[in-house]
Amino acid sequence: MRAVHYYRCMRGIVWREGLRFLNQRGRFVAALVRPLVWLVIFAAGFRFVLGVSIIPPYQTYIPYEEYIAPGLIGMIQLFQAMQSTLSMVWDREMGSMRTLLVSPLPRWFLLVSKMVATVAVSVLQSYVFLGIAWFWGIQPPPLGYLTVLPALILSGMMLSALGLFVSSAIRQLENFAGVMNFVIFPMFFASSALYPLWTVREANEKLYYICQVNPFTHAVELVRFALYGKFNPEACAVVVAALIVFMALAILGYDPGRGLIVRRAAAE
Amino acid sequence: MLDLEREAADRKATRAPGPQALPLAVEGLSHAFGERQALREVSFALGKGDRTVLLGLNGAGKTTLFSLITRLYNHRSGSIRIFGWEIKDKPSEALARLGVVFQLPTLDPDLSVAQNLFYHAALHGLPRREAANRIKREIERVGLTDRMHEKARTLSGGQRRRVEIARALIHQPKMLLLDEATVGLDIASRQFLLDHVRMLCREEGLAVLWATHLIDEVDSAARVIVLHKGRILAQGPVPDVIRGANAASIREAFDKLTGGQGE
Repeated sequence: MRAVHYYRCMRGIVWREGLRFLNQRGRFVAALVRPLVWLVIFAAGFRFVLGVSIIPPYQTYIPYEEYIAPGLIGMIQLFQAMQSTLSMVWDREMGSMRTLLVSPLPRWFLLVSKMVATVAVSVLQSYVFLGIAWFWGIQPPPLGYLTVLPALILSGMMLSALGLFVSSAIRQLENFAGVMNFVIFPMFFASSALYPLWTVREANEKLYYICQVNPFTHAVELVRFALYGKFNPEACAVVVAALIVFMALAILGYDPGRGLIVRRAAAE
Repeated sequence: MLDLEREAADRKATRAPGPQALPLAVEGLSHAFGERQALREVSFALGKGDRTVLLGLNGAGKTTLFSLITRLYNHRSGSIRIFGWEIKDKPSEALARLGVVFQLPTLDPDLSVAQNLFYHAALHGLPRREAANRIKREIERVGLTDRMHEKARTLSGGQRRRVEIARALIHQPKMLLLDEATVGLDIASRQFLLDHVRMLCREEGLAVLWATHLIDEVDSAARVIVLHKGRILAQGPVPDVIRGANAASIREAFDKLTGGQGE
């Protein structure tokens, strides 16, 4: 297998993910409506309950809507990552995963390609969301739209690596609701997506530490800073470390020699 | 002496990787899930153009065998070679020469037939133009050219299976695996698949391993492997297996071999 084979393979996987996304209009709309509902309804309601003081990267008081916008981008990426990786397992019970895994290219490369495809779609969604949010008054500096791109790619990679790992670990008949309850909701709520962590600390010290070790918090902060043209090295380091760990776990999970996939087959 | 030497040389030639090697050689393959022994000392080989029916009831070990040959997970004992390439050590070489039709439907219903096939071609690293030519040819052979741009979801079960066979051949493998390919199909679709596969073996020298639990899919021109509770009870050309079991038909032979648990 030469480099050109790798290139064609990855291009094919990304192309398919894009087509699937465009062909499933419902999914496209749902992926956009979810964060918009939060932005337009939830944030409007909470705007007077939660005061957001001046914390970096902001240089002035900001409305609550503006605070949660990066968190909602995180939500888009989290949902997209879970849906596209778990659909490999659930779509007709592993059918599409089986076709992927009989490709002669190395399995780690197939998994990385799948991650790249997921990220491509979630970056697209994030920009569409940012575009609509602009009309709602969320107007970060124009350059921020450019500087946020690497942050979106990095956080998206980390979350889709997590999704791949989860997909290798779960049994096939569990449903998306289970993942919502045990992965998506805890990650989303125990993070800085909806409230600055200092408010959490005042309420509950333990919860604060949980939020601190939650990689999703750092993904959101990375995006938040990048959106205002700033770099958050701590968040970046945590996201990269989490990406490496989740990717290693996913590759291990799909390893034909020792992976969880072997154990799952045993349980069937 | 000379004969022995020639035989040894032949054996060496069919084991060394390359187009002259056996399309599929399984030797001493055992596999267990915890306590449960799914396969025990399974050995068989397929030659060029061989059409072999792997006959076994549900739970006989067919799915495990297919999972191991397609490297969903690795085998721990024995060996599986595709054109001489051990699947565990050289998975890329082995998988590039293997076409598979899975038991479960694996077409993406939201994509068109052509898109599904192009995706498969990309997974094998084929350039787009070459892929387009091969897709055109394979889809024509299964008689679905006019459905190329329709979504897979609009196709009947039998048509989807035909697309899956076309897909399995796009990277031009010389070894084709089919796992219970006719399950849920009507008689006409089933016949079409059987005829198509026979034609592939005859005219293209494709080696085919056809797994089924349906005894009437075994015809006298094929070879058969009777798999039962993880063990191979008999294998060879169908007439030989019938004779070996002192039976009048393959159904009777199967019943005798499996101790009447056939039906």
